[in-house]
Amino acid sequence: MNNLELKKIANEVRKGIIASVHSAKAGHPGGSLSAADLFTYLYFEELNIDPQNPKMEDRDRFVLSKGHTAPGLYSAMAHRGFFPVEDLITLRKLGSYLQGHPCMLHVPGVDMSSGSLGQGVSAAVGMALAAKMDQKDYRVYTLLGDGEIQEGQVWEAAMFAGHHKLDNLVVIVDNNGLQIDGAVEDVCSPYPIDKKFEAFNFHVINIDGHNFDEIRAAFKEAKETKGMPTAIISHSIKGKGVSFMEGNADWHGKAPNDEQYEVAMADLVKIGEALDKEEA
Amino acid sequence: MAEKKMVATREGYGEALLELGAENPNVVVLDADLAAATKTAVFKKAYPERFFDCGIAEANMIGIAAGLAASGKVPFASSFAMFAAGRAYEQVRNSVGYPHLNVKIGATHAGITVGEDGASHQCNEDIALMRTIPGMVVMCPADTIEAREATKAAAAYDGPVYLRFGRAVCPVINDKPDYHFEIGKGTILREGTDLTIVATGICVGSSLEAAEKLAEEGISAEVINICTIKPLDEELIIQSAKKTGKVITAEEHSVIGGLGSAVCDALCKSYPVPVLKIGVQDVFGESGSAAALVEKFKLDGKGIYEQIKDYLK
Repeated sequence: MNNLELKKIANEVRKGIIASVHSAKAGHPGGSLSAADLFTYLYFEELNIDPQNPKMEDRDRFVLSKGHTAPGLYSAMAHRGFFPVEDLITLRKLGSYLQGHPCMLHVPGVDMSSGSLGQGVSAAVGMALAAKMDQKDYRVYTLLGDGEIQEGQVWEAAMFAGHHKLDNLVVIVDNNGLQIDGAVEDVCSPYPIDKKFEAFNFHVINIDGHNFDEIRAAFKEAKETKGMPTAIISHSIKGKGVSFMEGNADWHGKAPNDEQYEVAMADLVKIGEALDKEEA
Repeated sequence: MAEKKMVATREGYGEALLELGAENPNVVVLDADLAAATKTAVFKKAYPERFFDCGIAEANMIGIAAGLAASGKVPFASSFAMFAAGRAYEQVRNSVGYPHLNVKIGATHAGITVGEDGASHQCNEDIALMRTIPGMVVMCPADTIEAREATKAAAAYDGPVYLRFGRAVCPVINDKPDYHFEIGKGTILREGTDLTIVATGICVGSSLEAAEKLAEEGISAEVINICTIKPLDEELIIQSAKKTGKVITAEEHSVIGGLGSAVCDALCKSYPVPVLKIGVQDVFGESGSAAALVEKFKLDGKGIYEQIKDYLK
């Protein structure tokens, strides 16, 4: 899939995020939008998965450790064909399988329930360990927030993964720089993130999280890295794609009202039109 | 009464792991730097490729167990009860309980019989914590034989299980040819008509002793061994309560939220009778030998006997 195709899908994924969070009147658009390009790349290029057979035995695993960005995950998965795109607007509603945070018992293709920060990464480490024990070559990917890495459990997991040289594990940190209470560096700085993972015996790659060339190259490099797990630090913009949400911590966990929804969708439609023009 | 053999329940846990390792290649054992104490070291020695020491990082250990279970393994994650159920409570709740993953938590050194380490390590709250998690099976074996069988039953059961073991030796009471273990089934170890003692863990042995003393005074006590606190064998307990009209619970755990609470929950909805809850009375433990502590906390045969006698006054 070329970059333009990926960009177009990512834009549709972003529309799904806005539509679902708006419909739910709650949820986390900021970190879903910042990771939308990663979700798109993972589900449309990187992961060896089959939407028709979500429990395929030797599939790659993906654990959304920053589970609050479920709208991004759900939108990418729906567009990939795991479930109907129309269902996205049932997000967070009573009786919907699209719970506020991902639940593996309810959503086909979700490999691990998550939401309590710091926990998904440990489960991903367990999955990578299982693959090694079984001498299987499937890979395990997990996405963390940059605020999330303030959780001590993340570093317990990193220590274990480094110690066991789990080179089938890719830990991605969506470094959008913002958490609920403000900038991560003001709240309780996790920087330098790359040096920390290096110290835990990871191979570390810094990328622009909105540049598909860099995303593609990083996952390729991760695959070629042997003897140690890889951490990809994805430098991104919180709220990416929606003018009034970009770089604004207020949009971490808030839904747009009807008026804001119209503006957000208009922004994304405009981006879509520009991509169409690029294609022509 | 013949002198009973004395063995800690954690020994049965280690023995069962060794058996399970031979039977099931998917059994994996995790520990957090306490393998010698939790008895997982015997598994480590026999199956080093299926044993992982997570270091002193219990939260991560539970998460790794969840990931292993999600990948088809049958992980047993071990630490002291204080850390497995206490420190890692939220990991057990969210990474294991909520997705109902097939993780077995082997928690040793529960209760005050940890002994000399003192209150920081004496977990009297784990049953309460674990039984509030939907779908979690909670078991507290009475002796090493039951510990072994409960561990094997946990491996055969598909879903999360919390197993509670002790550090200190306690009498072997289930060394009978017809002994049979089933998750969720209590057993009447002694029949009686005047009162019912429902006990778990080391208090089962103590309750049998107490019943013996009571019998000498013409008080007929029924003793029920409840290994599975959740799901509770409510029917057995209610039947006995109907017969005796008086229930005493005995556990090496806080009287808040443990076996006593579970029994009261069962009785109050269908056959309310007065219940005396014997256990740790909303206080922390302290340093001392296990024997000195069970005496001080009145959880030995004599202590349980005296508390029942006071109650009957």
